[in-house]
Amino acid sequence: MKLHEIAHARTGDKGDVSNISVIAYRAEDWPRIHDALTPERVARHMGDVAAEDVTRYALPQLHALNFVIRGALKGGVTRSLALDAHGKCLASVLLELEL
Amino acid sequence: MSMVRIGTGAGFQGDRIAPAVDLAERGELDFLVFECLAERTIALAQQARLADPGAGFDPLLERRMRAVLPACARNGTRIVTNMGAANPRAAAERTRAVVRELGLPLTVAAVTGDDVLPLIGDCILTETGAPARALGERLISANAYIGVAGIVEALDAGADIVICGRASDPALFLAPLVHRFGWAMDDWVRLGRGTLVGHLLECSAQITGGYFADPGVKDVPDLADVGFPLAEVSDDGNAVITKLPGTGGLVSRATCTEQLLYEIHDPARYMQPDVVADFSQVELEEIGIDRVRVTGGTGHPATGELKVSVGYRDGWRGEGQISYAGANCVARGRLAAELVRQRLSDWGSRILEERADLIGLDAVAPGGARGAAEPAEVRLRVAARCADQETAQRVGEEVESLYLCGPAGGGGVSRAHREIIAVASALLPAASVTVRSELSETLDA
Repeated sequence: MKLHEIAHARTGDKGDVSNISVIAYRAEDWPRIHDALTPERVARHMGDVAAEDVTRYALPQLHALNFVIRGALKGGVTRSLALDAHGKCLASVLLELEL
Repeated sequence: MSMVRIGTGAGFQGDRIAPAVDLAERGELDFLVFECLAERTIALAQQARLADPGAGFDPLLERRMRAVLPACARNGTRIVTNMGAANPRAAAERTRAVVRELGLPLTVAAVTGDDVLPLIGDCILTETGAPARALGERLISANAYIGVAGIVEALDAGADIVICGRASDPALFLAPLVHRFGWAMDDWVRLGRGTLVGHLLECSAQITGGYFADPGVKDVPDLADVGFPLAEVSDDGNAVITKLPGTGGLVSRATCTEQLLYEIHDPARYMQPDVVADFSQVELEEIGIDRVRVTGGTGHPATGELKVSVGYRDGWRGEGQISYAGANCVARGRLAAELVRQRLSDWGSRILEERADLIGLDAVAPGGARGAAEPAEVRLRVAARCADQETAQRVGEEVESLYLCGPAGGGGVSRAHREIIAVASALLPAASVTVRSELSETLDA
């Protein structure tokens, strides 16, 4: 099962840092998401994007996780050569993760 | 219990105008806030001002003002905006001309003090670890993210329209709340909650169904006519987020949760000029159709430092794209990328950094298509950061020449080049920054 089936996500950017929220649609899926999405698992899935480090914050009352990925934007929005310099697409890439 | 109704008129420079007019007309708003400055916008605006001392403010200022001012004047809705960009005084002058022309009884204030270029030389840039002065001639601008003080002062003095440059985005919303409720500047709980309201509202439709739709999974009704948000804020700082009846989009626990975490790192420590806001215990409750109650925000004492956004010239960027389709398109795209790379190598150290991606395969998704079947088409995109304009131009030219000197069947070339204005950040003691507000009468003198 893909994460996409039980969670939604949004990417934000500040300088060279990307943050991706992952939010359970239903309360009953929260424990599974919370347990499966360790920072290590997310870093592995995101590959090069997460080459530096991934920090995770949890907001259990909202069934939400927030992943902060440093160095994800290769110099930041203003100087990155990437097509999607903001990393706006990254949340959907994370939702491809197989649970 | 008293309440303030505050709405969003824009969440970025190019935002839609019609939803702001709708809010001005039907929103029964006390305040309408236009947030139009991205990280780099102010450096570009500073360049415009260097070329023309009367320029450097938001190019859509006049259009937005003309669109909403009649309704705002009629309904007693006051405006706060950062559309002053690099030149709030000139933006206030222009707005005053619009006000006069429309025959409206509105006063306009400019808030200045965010321009800290003279103070920045010795400050260490977070990204490079070197002082800003090391950028030499390449340094263009330094603007501090100021807090609510100047805006509150202007509102206290009776300004109907307050125009600032770089302020923290949530401060544009927090300021009217501080003004109206008379919150103390060490009431960290309320300042934290007001910041939360600002953070939720500052990206306009991103909380009313924009940046959200995922067909079949997360559907959004009538997204074409998406409404902009408004908050009903109580004097304890708690709020209800909603939108106008009849507009498209939706306000739900899901839209609010996504926006709550948008561009947030540690939710318990959201650094702001006036407060360290704490969103870690926030509760969101759906209390009606398109109505979400927000509680549980709080705050901690401000750090005493302001973040400064430093703009500098960072070379030139060149880019070219070409498409390949059908049988063996990925291999032809890869060959094309290799040819451009070899040809650009003649330019040696004038190319500082380059990358080539196949759009449709691996341009935005890390790791590419993860074993998916061969795509029906790909588009090669070559981009490079170069030392000068001529080299940057050459990048697109080498892609274009693939028509005759590249693999079979390449089509649809596009190319572009432009100067790179990069942004770095630094910290400055808040006490070293002097913020002032000037009402329109002062500007007349």
